[in-house]
Amino acid sequence: MNFVSFKVIRSGIACILAATIAGCSVPDQPTEIHDPYENTNRRIHDFNRNLDRAVVRPLSQGYGEGVPSRAQQGISNFAANAALPGQFVNAVLQGDVEGAGKNGFRFLVNTLVGFAGILDPATEFGIPEESADFGETLAVWGLPEGAYVELPVLGSSTERDAVGTVVDLFTNPLSYALEAPANALPPAANLASAFGTRYQFSDTIDSILYDSADSYAQARLAYLQARRFEVGGENPSEGLVDPYEDPYDTLLLE
Amino acid sequence: MTHFFLSNLTRRTFMTGLASGAAMLGLSGLAQALTPATAKALVNQVVDDINTTISSGRSESVMLQEFERIFERYADVQTIALSALGPDRRRASQAQLRQYVDAFSYYLSRKYGRRFREFIGGRIEVQEARAVRSFYEVQTTAILRGQAPFSVVFLVSDRSGRDLFFNIFIEGVNMLASERTEIGAMLDRRRGNIDALIQDLRRT
Repeated sequence: MNFVSFKVIRSGIACILAATIAGCSVPDQPTEIHDPYENTNRRIHDFNRNLDRAVVRPLSQGYGEGVPSRAQQGISNFAANAALPGQFVNAVLQGDVEGAGKNGFRFLVNTLVGFAGILDPATEFGIPEESADFGETLAVWGLPEGAYVELPVLGSSTERDAVGTVVDLFTNPLSYALEAPANALPPAANLASAFGTRYQFSDTIDSILYDSADSYAQARLAYLQARRFEVGGENPSEGLVDPYEDPYDTLLLE
Repeated sequence: MTHFFLSNLTRRTFMTGLASGAAMLGLSGLAQALTPATAKALVNQVVDDINTTISSGRSESVMLQEFERIFERYADVQTIALSALGPDRRRASQAQLRQYVDAFSYYLSRKYGRRFREFIGGRIEVQEARAVRSFYEVQTTAILRGQAPFSVVFLVSDRSGRDLFFNIFIEGVNMLASERTEIGAMLDRRRGNIDALIQDLRRT
């Protein structure tokens, strides 16, 4: 307990000293779980889980079953397309010319030919979505992942990704280009699309949140693995423990 | 030197010992059973079975049973089970371990068999295989409706005596690591009682 609060204070001081935008606490190994705020995170996790059970899950069920699937697809296409300028900016910030080109091309084609992005002809032309966000940009710039955090409502994140999420509120040029009534459309479509995603992956999400013995630990593991895979793109089996060379095997024999 | 016997589940003798373990290590270097091509062939078989089941047009409950069977047929469930239990294996009796592996097999094939349902309406394409330390990694791409294609990686080994997969990564998320966390948490909930864990696994 004392140790935990010491670490929190220490990492807080490190944050102030660093005076950078992210990278407050650093795990020794990128494959490890670094979770100094576990007690707080678990309380937030309980809150998020209750919120999901009472509100998000029922609403997503209503959305998934009530809205025709073609309309759902159109809404999530529109939301994804409206996010593309932000992803273009992040790809540029990462020096990822190919990603920037693909995202730029997708945005032009889907906006002009795909009825403001409701259709997704770019994917049919073989240019699928290439996600990029500011958390990833920070990773490319060399900022460490920081501690695992669970954010209220938003869920699993890391210190680096939490900063990225905040900054990404401002990285999409489209949000400055659109005027009063039209600028409400992308956030609304985003919210609807989030319900659609919750519905689409209902089996997986339910199994993590409601069927596992420790939903906090499962959500944390799944998030960190998926996110590291997405950001780093490295091969996940490299750092893996080989179960056939498990040290416990030999101990079983005595 | 004791022989560790778990034939009940997999219908093969699982014999280890310091000497036989060393012999197996030596032999596996000579035997050369598994190659990138055979590892890929195994995953192709798994994927074919999944794709055939998906396109069979049968009812969902029949498909679920088929998916469970695919898991039993092609996965090294015993290694997955023992690895998921981790160091607690050391304090379990052989009888407990046998029951545990059996209960885990039921639990795992039900849990992940259900997950294959997400592939209905889509397909999986097998890419290439490559050696990683003592095992092979087979890359596949899942192409599902209304979703960007994503990576599914199978890890294949012949150390059990047959070519079987012992881990799956879905976009980086590692089944073996999830199960280690899950079994650890289930055991904690039962204050380390392995018999209670076995009962819980059977109830899934």
